[in-house]
Amino acid sequence: MNAMTPSNQLIVLEDVSKMFGDFQALKDVNLTVKPGEKVVVCGPSGSGKSTMIRCINRLERHERGRIFVDGVELTDKRTDIDAVRGEVGMVFQQFNLFPHLTVLENLTLGPLRVRKLSKADAEARAMDYLAKVHIPEQAQKYPSQLSGGQQQRVAIARSLCMEPRIMLFDEPTSALDPEMISEVLDVMSDLAETGMTMIVVTHEMGFARRVADTMVFMDAGEIVEKAPPETFFTKPRSERCQTFLQKILAH
Amino acid sequence: MNIFKHISTARTALLILLFGFAVSGCSANWGWYVVSPSTEQGRINLGFLLGGLKYTLALSITAIAISVVVGLLIALPGLSEKRPVRAINRVYVELVRAVPILVLILWVYYGLPQIADISISVFWAGVIALALSDSAFQAEIFRAGIQSIDKGQHEAAQSISLNYTDTMRYVILPQALRRILPPLGNQLVYMLKMSSLVSVIGMQELTRRANELVVTEYRPLEVYTILVLEYLVLILIVSAGVRWLERRLRSDERQ
Repeated sequence: MNAMTPSNQLIVLEDVSKMFGDFQALKDVNLTVKPGEKVVVCGPSGSGKSTMIRCINRLERHERGRIFVDGVELTDKRTDIDAVRGEVGMVFQQFNLFPHLTVLENLTLGPLRVRKLSKADAEARAMDYLAKVHIPEQAQKYPSQLSGGQQQRVAIARSLCMEPRIMLFDEPTSALDPEMISEVLDVMSDLAETGMTMIVVTHEMGFARRVADTMVFMDAGEIVEKAPPETFFTKPRSERCQTFLQKILAH
Repeated sequence: MNIFKHISTARTALLILLFGFAVSGCSANWGWYVVSPSTEQGRINLGFLLGGLKYTLALSITAIAISVVVGLLIALPGLSEKRPVRAINRVYVELVRAVPILVLILWVYYGLPQIADISISVFWAGVIALALSDSAFQAEIFRAGIQSIDKGQHEAAQSISLNYTDTMRYVILPQALRRILPPLGNQLVYMLKMSSLVSVIGMQELTRRANELVVTEYRPLEVYTILVLEYLVLILIVSAGVRWLERRLRSDERQ
């Protein structure tokens, strides 16, 4: 455990900033996440939500500030990045399943190559998580043979097979047809109940109310509002957050 | 199996071609006896010509096997984010691609032994020259294939902590390979044809043997016609094989 970080925090972002060319994607972002905490991040598109969580497992490189995951500071060092990625699972908007591999092979690749599990152990683990996302019968199929909702649940299972301590969700239901959204959100709610630490970028406010411990509103690369859901939805302090909530809760 | 369908297409094409020759033969002075299977000498000549096939195949297949590996190794630095690393790829591709294959064959066979102080057989000189030349094209094909794979695939692999080698081996290359199969097939056909150039340094492949037979028999029309047919059959079979492989891999992915 790094002496610089408070020991009860699993994720710490300190004054994190990032530019894309002239565009300031993140501006002095500060965020702490406790073990088991569920953070839901919302905000208009281009507000830096995705960039922020992508920095946490180093899919993006932050330029200023510091990021700690379980006491390990994310730097350019390969060992640090690997250590952090081993703890952090990620679910993408576009699923990003491996199309040339079966569902089972998608799930066992990481455990076999990274965790060095035996084939039998990796497959047992994969079937276990497939059962948890309610699609064990699809194990031998290819991703293109599944519906969007099923694919996203496979993607969640693929991350879980690495047994991470933290799960990041980057708009996991935005690419789905409406009738498939709930099956993915249900799986995520189940996961939340197991005590998993989660950061979820989403506009699904019903899910947020049910699951979030902390709501975060971002705009123009900054965290504008951070509050428990009761306060966040009933009396948001900032005007930007009020306007945003009115827009997305209107329908 | 569909490969037979392609072979029968090839056979039809051959028959049409032969028929064409037979008809046009009315005016030209044909002398098919030099390669007639019904005479002793014809059989010997035919056997001599066809005997070059194993060298053409050995030469092309060895060369392409090497050039695929070298091409991939040259393609990878071309994908780096660091400019000096990318420069390795650019310099290799631009230099090698600029030299005509025939010139490369002559240089490797006559020039290389002098500077490197080694003796090199005709076969290996041919293989090295063909592989070197082809590797620059393979490198470009691989680079394009790898770049065509969605960024999300790399990110998904990173998110489950796969290292660079495993990401390439299990995630990126298997997908890239499916996409670049048509241009790879093209290169294979091209190499089969370019192997005829190795005849200039004395490799006993199809073209060299045809040349030698022409010198003893004075029947260029018939002998070179057989040579044309030999390449045609060979390449139609290879194309059919590549197409069969494409279909097999596609059904594997079921997209």
